[in-house]
Amino acid sequence: MPSNANTRPDQQHFVAPLEETPLVAIDSVKAEGKPSNLWRDAWADVRKRPMFWISAAMILLVVIVALFPSWFTQVAPNNDCQLANSNGGPADGHPLGFTKQGCDIYSRIIHGTSTSLSVGLIVTFLVAFLGIVFGALAGFYGGFIDSLLSRLGDIFFSIPYILAAVVVMSVLSKYANVWVISLAIGIFAWPSTARVLRAEVLRVKNADFVMAATALGVSRFRILLRHVLPNSIAPVIVITTISLASAIVAEATLSFLGVGLPSNTMSWGNDISAAQMDLRTAPQTLIYPSIALSVTVLSFIMLGEVVRDALDPKARAQR
Amino acid sequence: MTETVHGTDVFQDNDGRGERPILEIKDLQVGFNTQEGLLKAVDGVNITLYRGQSLAIVGESGSGKSTTAHAIINLLPGTGHISGGQILLDGEDLTKASKKEMEAIRGRKIGFVPQDPMSNLNPVWSIGFQVEEAIKANGIATGRREVKKRAIEVLKQAGLQDADRRLKQFPHQFSGGMRQRVLIGMGLAADPQLLIADEPTSALDVTVQRVILDHLESLTRELGTTLLFITHDLGLAAERAEQLVVMYKGKVVESGPSVEILQNPQHPYTQRLVAAAPSLASRRIQATGSVQAAEAAISEDASAVAGEEIDLVATAEARAEMLETAASAPPAIIVEHLTKVFKIRGSGEFTAVDDVSFEIAKGTTTALVGESGSGKSTVAKMLLKLEEATSGKIVVGGKDLASTTGQELFKLRSRMQPVFQDPYGSLNPLRNIGNTIAEPLFTHKVGTKASRRERVYELLDQVSLPKSLVGRYPNELSGGQRQRIAIARALALKPEIVVLDEAVSALDVLVQAQILRLLADLQAELQLTYLFITHDLAVVRVIADNVCVMQKGRIVEAAATNEVFDDPKEQYTRDLLAAIPGASIELGA
Repeated sequence: MPSNANTRPDQQHFVAPLEETPLVAIDSVKAEGKPSNLWRDAWADVRKRPMFWISAAMILLVVIVALFPSWFTQVAPNNDCQLANSNGGPADGHPLGFTKQGCDIYSRIIHGTSTSLSVGLIVTFLVAFLGIVFGALAGFYGGFIDSLLSRLGDIFFSIPYILAAVVVMSVLSKYANVWVISLAIGIFAWPSTARVLRAEVLRVKNADFVMAATALGVSRFRILLRHVLPNSIAPVIVITTISLASAIVAEATLSFLGVGLPSNTMSWGNDISAAQMDLRTAPQTLIYPSIALSVTVLSFIMLGEVVRDALDPKARAQR
Repeated sequence: MTETVHGTDVFQDNDGRGERPILEIKDLQVGFNTQEGLLKAVDGVNITLYRGQSLAIVGESGSGKSTTAHAIINLLPGTGHISGGQILLDGEDLTKASKKEMEAIRGRKIGFVPQDPMSNLNPVWSIGFQVEEAIKANGIATGRREVKKRAIEVLKQAGLQDADRRLKQFPHQFSGGMRQRVLIGMGLAADPQLLIADEPTSALDVTVQRVILDHLESLTRELGTTLLFITHDLGLAAERAEQLVVMYKGKVVESGPSVEILQNPQHPYTQRLVAAAPSLASRRIQATGSVQAAEAAISEDASAVAGEEIDLVATAEARAEMLETAASAPPAIIVEHLTKVFKIRGSGEFTAVDDVSFEIAKGTTTALVGESGSGKSTVAKMLLKLEEATSGKIVVGGKDLASTTGQELFKLRSRMQPVFQDPYGSLNPLRNIGNTIAEPLFTHKVGTKASRRERVYELLDQVSLPKSLVGRYPNELSGGQRQRIAIARALALKPEIVVLDEAVSALDVLVQAQILRLLADLQAELQLTYLFITHDLAVVRVIADNVCVMQKGRIVEAAATNEVFDDPKEQYTRDLLAAIPGASIELGA
């Protein structure tokens, strides 16, 4: 027992006046303001960020252009081509000039938008679907299913998806269209999504609320759908936005390499590919489709960044 | 403890007059910059500490006790900064010290022992490397051989056997207690005048805590080090320190000699703390012989101010009254020869639960007490059928759990519900409170949408939470409130049995006391049977009728709570009892 003998005169019993240190109810409930959870907080955060609105507006514009190209140009992209205009500069009604075949560059960019965007969206859905299904099953059920799906993923992961798509597309060149090229890219791009989701599922499935649900008698599959997936999906959303951008680039790359879409399909990749010969004589044929590609890709990447920051409370705290 | 007064000879001649304090904190203000402006975490704190004394700062989480300690060594996290006041170390104002000067003071003049021994040693470097680093940084020794020699001395001083061999080992080869010894050794390596220990034993088992604190005490006495430590446990603080500072919401509400404060708490907040501290309540019941006597003894003073809901002795008294009716009830749970063997990759088998048998009568509480690794949580998981038993039998409500499957198991689950330890992990963060509480009803297809909503309101009322919470999410609630929600969810299906796996361990004392009272009231109201799993024997005294003490997978002692406390048969039980802080404190009852 410590003794009091050691106490100095200025260490006597001190009691703070109650007025200065009023007692507050123990563990009182604060229920002001709107309810909040991860998604609501993320939305509130995102709303305040100019970068979100800029990228969202850009993406909206791209979508509108893809859906209604005729709102933006009256010039036919293919039919009115006159070789006399080959690699020509801007002219009245043709603000960006002409391609080697004498077609209107502006019109081709507008009409090529839907191809690029379709490939991006189809690939993204495919990647998200395969990645979520395989990643969730592997992480949640573990054991044999995990080994099987994870090794399968490793096999696909070990082949660079561009390389794989080049091989697939050269074999299937006869059937090349938007769907086939999307499939070729998507089949090889899902493993990274699956890995991220698997890791998240592994983390969440050990949470006490999962154990509480099991003790309630909730079925395994329902626990996966109701409790585990919603809590592990956030990082997948982030990589999905960014993978949309890389899918658009992949399509352009394949078309540029000549194993993408057939040359009569209008796409930014095809235009860039056709323009490479005339880079020095007619740079506009290469530059404008490239700008369209970059701006679209950049918008999606920016959106991905904003979403990632909003969903990661740590990143938010540091700002 | 002995009546030794350390450092007496140093100041006896001048009788304390004119002596300069080693540490003097004057009107300290610490603020954190937040989006809502400056948040004052410490507001006008005064502390005076003389050479050779020991002082404890007591408070709940958020009271500013750790912030005060971190301000002294100028290691405030994030946007924290000292916005006013003085910290005088031997007359030198630390708030005005430059970064460089501060670096020289840390370690050499002020040693620091951090809270969590698990994360404060770098797992990729050997213990020797880290101790030597501390020695080199403080310039205690130079030259490889000298440094190594000193490192061995430090570890020996910290109470580690065969220190030279230990130097080459890595943190994962050390137990929690040994790691904390290493950290204490590092804190004292440069023989500082002042040692600050921030909850040095909160992450450790109680018996280890006792040994470590005994060691820390004898070590600081030997070296004449002044000790300032921080704890949430009032009993522990009073037992280990001469001076006590009670903090509440950034302010000092009461300070002075610890015995005096404990015997005669003046501020209502201190009175609340005294009433709610399990270690003190347990001692008080022990001292007066019975729960009734203990309740009668203090009913006039402390508890009247503190409020009955947080007075643990009142809770124990309320339970004791209720129990008389439930004493001869049939068993709700029978566990026989329960064994669980885990297969460990590479190293064969590990028997987590070894031939455990007990019975719990309907409407009573049995506590399963043990330190980490004793297998107590594994028993709970097997009872809830979250884990399959290797052998043995569990009978719940007349049904053998092993042979119950499918639809029958589904029905059985509704009669037996768990509440887990971690208030932050036990609720799905993306589901609102209403849906969380209604999930059991939904899963078992009880009632209509409207009747389920009614039931959710009723349950919220039972756990004393407002109805307005139904649309809110767990991240807006405190730990105690989340635990109430988890209790409401467990009660939704009107179970007979509730398994409480360390359900109050993560909570602050006042909140813990409230939840314990809630559990006692609910038990009386709904005739619940509790299996209460805990590492804290002091809490057991308040809440349980029977106790099973577990050690290394076996039940070493099982008896009625009073018997275990009054007449422990096993040495291990005696050790656990002795480890409850506050043994030697005369309470002012």
